[in-house]
Amino acid sequence: MLHTVNKSSFERNSLKSCINTIDDTSVILLIEDGVISATKNINSSMIANLANQGRVYALQGDVEARGVSSKLVDNIKLVNYTGFVDLVVEHGTSVSWV
Amino acid sequence: MSIKKFMYLNRRSSFGTVYAIESLEVVLVAAAFDQDVSLAFIDDGVYQIIKGQNTNGIGMKNFSKTFHALGDYEINKLYVSAESLEERGLSADDLMPLVYEDEDDNWEEKSSVKVVSNLEISKIMSKQDVCFSF
Repeated sequence: MLHTVNKSSFERNSLKSCINTIDDTSVILLIEDGVISATKNINSSMIANLANQGRVYALQGDVEARGVSSKLVDNIKLVNYTGFVDLVVEHGTSVSWV
Repeated sequence: MSIKKFMYLNRRSSFGTVYAIESLEVVLVAAAFDQDVSLAFIDDGVYQIIKGQNTNGIGMKNFSKTFHALGDYEINKLYVSAESLEERGLSADDLMPLVYEDEDDNWEEKSSVKVVSNLEISKIMSKQDVCFSF
């Protein structure tokens, strides 16, 4: 499954709920303010392990808009809107953790 | 008209909600009325003045450039929470160089941004007539 998270981990607990709930074949795509969770910060241990497994994506336009391109956690995969569509097609069911 | 001390607390990042740009609009209105204006950037608000924002990929206005105009409106008291920066893996070097020209000091260009502790921000807040939280 594909899970999208669009809120900062400092503002909502959507990412935490998502991570606590997903199975080990799921991937996470961070979009909008969700990309704040793709940066190295005090919350980044939440996704570091999943990123190392190649299961965390971030939407490139949202990363660049927020000026954090150089601050990403290792092994986060950047995708554009076409990549977003590909993920949706590839993973079938998706959940938006708004 | 008497001058009041206004402080604007910016607590959210720029593009996920409308709070950040609305705050900036209201700040500019207050400046037009010659009020004493301070800004505080706390929590995810620190992302509003981070360097190198590029919104080409999301089709939204890059209003971070407007912060450079604040100095011309004599808004030169921008306080950034040191704790909020640290939690987010950021430092003062990651912030935009926002400056003003000091008319009391031969128009010398000075930084408008001060990184301070939350305690310091609370002290500044307590001296205001009005605080707005965005």
